[in-house]
Amino acid sequence: MPRYLLIDFGSTYTKLTAVGTDQGDILATASHPTTVASDISIGYLAALERLYERLGERVVFDETIACSSAAGGLKMAAIGLVEELTVEAARRVCLGAGAKVDLVFSHHMTKREVASLEQNKIDIVLLAGGADGGNTENVLYNLRMLGEANIRIPIIYAGNKSCQDDVQDLFDRYQLDGRITDNVMPKINQLHIGPAREAIRKLFLEKIIEAKGIKKIESQIDKVILPTPEAVLKAAELLSLGTLDEKGLGELAMVDIGGATTDFYSMSHPTRRGDVVLHGLEEPYAKRTVEGDLGMRWSATGVLKAMTSDEIRVFSDRMGVDLKEAFQHRHDHVDFLPQSEADHLVDALLARICLEKAINRHAGKMEEVYTPLGNVLNQTGKDLSHIEWVIGTGGPVIKSKDPLSILKHAAKRAELPFELRPEAPNYLLDKDYIMAAMGLLSQKDPLLALRIMKKRLIRLEPDEVHYGRT
Amino acid sequence: MKSIVIGVIGADVHAVGNKIIEYTLTNAGYNVVNIGVLSSQEDFINAAIETNASLIMVSSLYGHGEIDCRGMRDKCVEAGISDIPLYVGGNIVVGKQDFNEVKKRFEAMGFNRVYPPGTTIDTALADIKADLGE
Repeated sequence: MPRYLLIDFGSTYTKLTAVGTDQGDILATASHPTTVASDISIGYLAALERLYERLGERVVFDETIACSSAAGGLKMAAIGLVEELTVEAARRVCLGAGAKVDLVFSHHMTKREVASLEQNKIDIVLLAGGADGGNTENVLYNLRMLGEANIRIPIIYAGNKSCQDDVQDLFDRYQLDGRITDNVMPKINQLHIGPAREAIRKLFLEKIIEAKGIKKIESQIDKVILPTPEAVLKAAELLSLGTLDEKGLGELAMVDIGGATTDFYSMSHPTRRGDVVLHGLEEPYAKRTVEGDLGMRWSATGVLKAMTSDEIRVFSDRMGVDLKEAFQHRHDHVDFLPQSEADHLVDALLARICLEKAINRHAGKMEEVYTPLGNVLNQTGKDLSHIEWVIGTGGPVIKSKDPLSILKHAAKRAELPFELRPEAPNYLLDKDYIMAAMGLLSQKDPLLALRIMKKRLIRLEPDEVHYGRT
Repeated sequence: MKSIVIGVIGADVHAVGNKIIEYTLTNAGYNVVNIGVLSSQEDFINAAIETNASLIMVSSLYGHGEIDCRGMRDKCVEAGISDIPLYVGGNIVVGKQDFNEVKKRFEAMGFNRVYPPGTTIDTALADIKADLGE
């Protein structure tokens, strides 16, 4: 029976997970700081040695596959026409493909905006705009702007189908590195993710990992197949939906709090109710949002900006710590490790606020509208009320002394009745940090990946009954 | 095929007439972009931009149409579709008002066609054909 070696080339750590089909479980894990700046294989080989030590033998793996978010991850720009429609659709496709969306543009692009693509070292441009049969003027204008500026970044066209031929002509005329795929929003408010996401993944494999010095590792392993966040998304989707042989956990949410960003995933239907009017762009079952301003170190000052002055004052008083100073210190010293009890408490608070703000932006909102026909509920975004499981992953949560004290802040709050957060979820912890590896394994043996996740994610139970939701 | 954006504006959930309009205009050969009930001015305008629509048709059945429609032409101008024809119909005001007065008020707000209660969609269809040059 096959044995798999699953690798995650992360921005900070290269993490290895060995899985045995016979055992139906993880055999060992090991990690080493990522060495993409010099040669990515140095860190990989060092981690592999540690893995062999833990396994007690130099196992020959039948298959070795990897995901990567090293060298800055996959940096994308999302371009569309109207902000709430094709721009948002393009942004969601990028996030669903595991990218970081560093730049977002709407309507006609300016020269300055075009120049910022290369300044920000964007890896792929996703160009959308217009429903099928709709506006063509805007995308063609923007494409000419990219052509005139001689942009060398690969471009994926995922806009109005009606002008695909004109787009191809412009690709040829300006010798742009372009490819054409289906429209991300073929009809108003209809989201069409699949083909554009596939185009992004293909480009990631063909070009991006090579440009980032990750490709050369393929002489030693079989393949790099996914950006890490997409692997995590696939794992969460599998855990939620299950396979034909075995049921999944049902609707769930997951939060990954990191040093620079906070990723939030939800696997759920937009609503379970028949008595609400849904508004805005269609919501996907598997949704990922990334908050670039919320994180434990690089983005600790972003967290401050996201807090109200009242929140800062109240928390500072309650903890007896100057939060502004404490968060600034973490931003200035990104390798800061909590030492004292107070340090741990500040980190826990920081993680909690990252989670609170991230779910506030991810969860849908319900608005009660008074009409002459009675009250009507108007919903935008996803209703997470009935989500049964909230999973915590990422270093700060996994290493926390009390992960539940952070994760429980994902739940609904009485004073915010219109935020559609989980009402009474159970909590799980990804204590072995396996989600990315299980996403990789799901591409080979979904049933095994599902069973390992069910076994390895541990249930967090409150050790005392909490009556309030503070 | 020309696109027409239709929908019901404001805190109004009357969905029946909306479906009849969609059915009739689709049969007449238009690409109907129906944004449904409880729609804001911005929803109409955004949909019109993305679909390169030739016309926006606003329904209002609950009497608050005048409040809901105010400023819509200005927003079209801001959004770069200043010349798009705007139609409005239904029960657009409360009470028994002289419709000629009502019509004048809506025309002053930038609406090109203003229909009194009880108008059938066929009447509007003839106007659409005339206005879109068909």
